[in-house]
Amino acid sequence: MTAEAATPTTPQPAAGEPADDDGMDATPGLARRTLAVFARNRLALLGACLLAALLAFCFLGPLVHPTDQVHTDLDQASLAPGEAGHLLGTTDLGYDMLGRLMHGGQTSLEVGLAAGLLATLFGTVYGAVAGYFGGWVDAVLMRVTDAALAIPALFLLVVVAAMVTPSKPVLILVIASVAWLSPARLIRGEALALRSRDYVHAMRLMGGGGGRAVFRHIVPNAVGTMIVNATFQIADAILYVAYLSFLGLSIPPPAADWGSMLSSGITYTQVGYWWLIFPPGLAIVLVVAAFNFIGDGLRDAFDVRLQKN
Amino acid sequence: MPTTQPPGPVPSGESPLSGEPLPAHEPLLSVEDLHLSIAGRDRAGAERTVHALDGVSLRLAPGEALGLVGESGSGKTMTALSVLGLLPPGARVTSGRVLLEGTDLAAAPDQVLRRIRGEAVGVVFQDPLSSLNPTMTIGAQVAEPLLLHRGVSRAEARERAVETLRLVGLGQPGERMRNYPHQLSGGMRQRVAIAMALVCEPKLLIADEPTTALDVTTQHQILELIGELRERLGMALILVSHDLGVIARRVDRVAVMYAGKVAEQAPVARLFTSPRHRYTQALFDALPERAAGTSRPLATIPGLPPSLTRRPAGCRFAPRCAYATDVCRTEEPAPRPADDEGVHTYACFHPADPAARPAAPGEARPAEDAPASPGTDADVLLDLDDVRREYPLHSSPFTRRRDRRLVSAVAGVSLTVRRGETFGIVGESGCGKSTLGRLAVGMEKPTGGSVRFEGDDLATLDRAHLRAHRRRVQLMFQDSYAAMDPRMRVGAILREPLVVQGVGDRAAQEERVRGLLDEVGLERGAVHRYPHEFSGGQRQRLGLARALALAPSLVVADEPVSALDVSVQAQILNLMRDLQREKGLSYLFISHDLAVVRYLADRVGVMYLGSLVETGPAAEVFARPLHPYTRGLLETADSAVVDSAGETAVDGAPEAGPAEGAGPLAGETPSAADPPSGCRFRTRCPLATELCATTPPEPTAPAGEGHLVRCHFPLVPVAGSAG
Repeated sequence: MTAEAATPTTPQPAAGEPADDDGMDATPGLARRTLAVFARNRLALLGACLLAALLAFCFLGPLVHPTDQVHTDLDQASLAPGEAGHLLGTTDLGYDMLGRLMHGGQTSLEVGLAAGLLATLFGTVYGAVAGYFGGWVDAVLMRVTDAALAIPALFLLVVVAAMVTPSKPVLILVIASVAWLSPARLIRGEALALRSRDYVHAMRLMGGGGGRAVFRHIVPNAVGTMIVNATFQIADAILYVAYLSFLGLSIPPPAADWGSMLSSGITYTQVGYWWLIFPPGLAIVLVVAAFNFIGDGLRDAFDVRLQKN
Repeated sequence: MPTTQPPGPVPSGESPLSGEPLPAHEPLLSVEDLHLSIAGRDRAGAERTVHALDGVSLRLAPGEALGLVGESGSGKTMTALSVLGLLPPGARVTSGRVLLEGTDLAAAPDQVLRRIRGEAVGVVFQDPLSSLNPTMTIGAQVAEPLLLHRGVSRAEARERAVETLRLVGLGQPGERMRNYPHQLSGGMRQRVAIAMALVCEPKLLIADEPTTALDVTTQHQILELIGELRERLGMALILVSHDLGVIARRVDRVAVMYAGKVAEQAPVARLFTSPRHRYTQALFDALPERAAGTSRPLATIPGLPPSLTRRPAGCRFAPRCAYATDVCRTEEPAPRPADDEGVHTYACFHPADPAARPAAPGEARPAEDAPASPGTDADVLLDLDDVRREYPLHSSPFTRRRDRRLVSAVAGVSLTVRRGETFGIVGESGCGKSTLGRLAVGMEKPTGGSVRFEGDDLATLDRAHLRAHRRRVQLMFQDSYAAMDPRMRVGAILREPLVVQGVGDRAAQEERVRGLLDEVGLERGAVHRYPHEFSGGQRQRLGLARALALAPSLVVADEPVSALDVSVQAQILNLMRDLQREKGLSYLFISHDLAVVRYLADRVGVMYLGSLVETGPAAEVFARPLHPYTRGLLETADSAVVDSAGETAVDGAPEAGPAEGAGPLAGETPSAADPPSGCRFRTRCPLATELCATTPPEPTAPAGEGHLVRCHFPLVPVAGSAG
C-alpha cells in the first residue's frame, strides 16, 4: 500500500465497475489515510513542525542553554541583546531573556495544553450527555451553559484569580472552567445530529442498543470534531494564560510565563527595551498559529470524503 | 396517430406546437463542436482534468424545443450552462463555439454574458428553493431582472412582475408579490422561478431538470405551463432532464447525451419509436414501463458510465455495449444521418435496425408465467390494522399546551403483506408512505391501531422479543450511503447485523458476508473498502446485502431506486426480483414512481395524505383505477412509453376511456397538519359532494374482491355502475 501516492493520478479503468475491478487490495486504514490527508496540507504540516520546534525549545532548550531563573541579578539588568553573552539580552531584574523565554514557555504550554484538554474532555461528556438523552436533560443542561456563557469569561477569570493565589493547577482549573462551554455546545449539536443518522437507525433496526449506538457510531464519528476542537481550545487556553498573566493574576515570580513577561516588559516600551516585548509576543503568536494550523489540517483529515485509497 | 408513418421522406420534424415550419437557415442557437474541460483535484488532491464535453454540436431554431437527455455525468447540464456562460469554477471551453444569434458566447466578455442572461436567455433550475433568495419578497425577485436589464421604473417593473406571475398561473399575484419564498409550496416556487426567467421575455428558455424536485402531479402542471408559455411567447426551449418520460411529450427534438458526447439526435417521435444508437435503445429497454406486468427481468446496461478524466479511444459506450466490435473500441464513430433530410443523426457503428421495433419485452412472453400468485390469506406476514401516527408540530418541553398541534402523517391505514409477495405503496411526497414504512419495520410506534407480524402485535413484544423480531423485518434505505457508517469498512458494516444479533462466530459471520456480496453481485474484495468508494448503484447493492444479512422474511424498501439513473435502476430492480424468487422474500416497496411499482409489485396501495385510498392487485389498479386520485395520478404521470403509430396500446393508459370527472390532477396536496374533513382528497376531487366533506368513506370493493377503494363515488367500470 505504499503505492497510494502514485495511484490517484492514474484514472480508473473506463469499463465495468471500477471500484471492484482492482480486486482484493484493501483500502489503507483510517489512521493512515487521515495522516496522508493531513500531510497534504502544507500549512498543517508547518504548524506541526512549528509546535515541535517550540516544544523542543521550551523543554529541551534549558539543557543546552542553562540559566538561573530564580535569583535576580541587578548588575546584569536590562542588557541589550548580544551584551555579555546574553543572546536576547536580560530582563529588568537581570534574568537571561532567552532562558526566561524557555522557562516561561514551559508554564504557558503546560497550562494551555492541560486546560485545553480538560475543557474539551469535560465539555464533550457534558455535551454528549445532553445530546444523547435530549428532552428535559438536554434542556436543563444547555440552559446552564447558556447562563454560564452570559458571564464574560475574562471577568470570571479575574474574579477567581483574584480570590485564589494562582498556581499551575489553579490556573488550569480556572481556565478550563470557562473554556468547556464551547466544546459542550459543539458536541451536543454533533450528538444530536448523529443520533438521527440513518446508520444509527439501521443499527437500531438490527436490534442493537444505545451503548452500541454511542460507542460504535456516535463517538467515532464525533471524534474528529473533538480533536479539532481540542487544538483550538489549547490555543485559546494559552491566550487565556497570557491574558491573566498580563493582568498580573498569574503565578507569582520568580515563576514566569509568556504573558507575565509581556506584562513586565510593557513598562519599558518608552525606554526602547524591545527585547522584553517582541520575543514573548512572537512566541505566543507562533504557538497559537501552530495550533490553529494543526486544527485546520485535522479538520480536513477527519473528513472521510477527502480520503482516498 | 392512427396510421403508420414510416421513417422516410416525410418530414417528421413537424412540430405541432410551433405553427411555422422550422427555418433551417438561421438557427437561434448553434453549438459547434464544443469541448469543455474542468480542471480540479480528485479526492486525493491530485490534479486531474475532466473532459465534460467532447465535441458537442447542437442547433436550435427560433421557437423550437430541444430535449437534452442523459444519465448523470453525461454533460447535459454542462451543455446548457455553457449557453449561459455559467460554468463552474475551473471549467473552460477549450474549443468550439456557442453562437446565440451570431454572438459567440464562449468567447464573449462578461458584460455581454450578463446582458444575455436574463434578457435573451432565461433559465430555470432544479431546486426552486435555492434559486430564490429567502430574504427578498418574490415581487422584488421577479422584478429584479427588469430593473437590471430594462432600466424601467419601479412601478412599471412591479406591474410587469404582477403580470408575469399571473401568466405563470400564480393565484392572486398582487398579494403574492409580498410573500417570501418559504411561504410558498414547491410548485408555486417553481412557478415564481419561471416567472423570473420569463419576465424579460427571453428568446430562449433553458430549463435544467425543472421538475425533478417536484411531485408527479405538480411536475405535470409545471411542464404543461412551460409548454403553454413557450407556445404563447414563441420562445425556444432547452429542456434538460434525466427522465425520458418528461422529455417525451414536451419537445420537438431530442438529443441523447452520453459521456460528454451527443449520441443521437432526432425528432422526438422518431427517437422514441426507432432509436438507432445502441445506447438509446438500451436506455429505453431499461425502463420499467417496458416490462410492466410481465415476469421478464428488465433489460439492463452492465457497468457504469466511463470516467471522463481521460478521453478513451473509440466509442464511449463500447465497454457497456452488447454489439461492440473491435472497430468500436478503436475508432470514434462520427455522427451520421439516419435519413435524407438529416434531422435524425446518430454516432454508432452498429446501429439498431429501424425496421425492427425496439424490443418490447412486454410482448415477448405472455404474462401468465408470472410466479404462482403468492400466498393465501393464511400466509399473512405483516398486518397493519387501522394504523395511525401523529406527530406534534412543535416539540419541545417548553411548548405551551395549546400550541401542541398534531400532524397526522398516517391516518388509519390497514393493509396486509403476504409471504412471498411484493406490496407496492405509491404516493406523492408527504403522503405518509415513508412513515408507514417506518411503522411497518417497528422503527416508530403507531399512535393508534396495531402492527402485527406473523400474528405478534409489535406493541406487546417485550425487549427481548422485539430484539428477536428484528431478524424478521429489515429496512432498505433510500440513501444507502447515509445508512452506512462512513468510518466503517464494508466488511464491518455487513457484519454488524450478525454481531448485534449474535449470529455465529467471527469466521461464520465473515463467511456469511462473502456470501452476501456474491448474492448482490459485488466483489468479495469490497469488504476492505469504505462506503464512499462505491457508486450509487453499488451502495444500493450493499444496502440490500445488509438488509438480507439476517435472512428476514420481509424487507421494507423505501424508495430504493429513486436516486439512481435508469440503467442502474434496472440492475437493482432485477436484483431485488431475483433475490425474491430465490428466497421467497416479501417486499413492502415504497415509491413515488408508478412505473417502478408497477413493474415490481404484485399488489399496490395508493396513499394520499396519510390514508390508503385504494388497494388491489397491481395490474387491476393500474388498468382500472377506482379512486379518482389513482386515476389522476396515472393520467398525470409522464410515461416514456410513446404509443407510436401502428402500435397497439402498450399496457399503459387505463383501459376505460376518459371518464368524466377524472383527468390530470390540479391543485396541490393540503397540509397534513390541517387535513380536510371527511374524505381527505375532496379538495382536489372533481367528483366531491357535500357527503365527501362530512363523512370519511369506508373501504368498499365495488369491482370485485381484493380491490378496495375508499371513495363515495368510485370510478366503477360501466358494466358495474349500470345497475
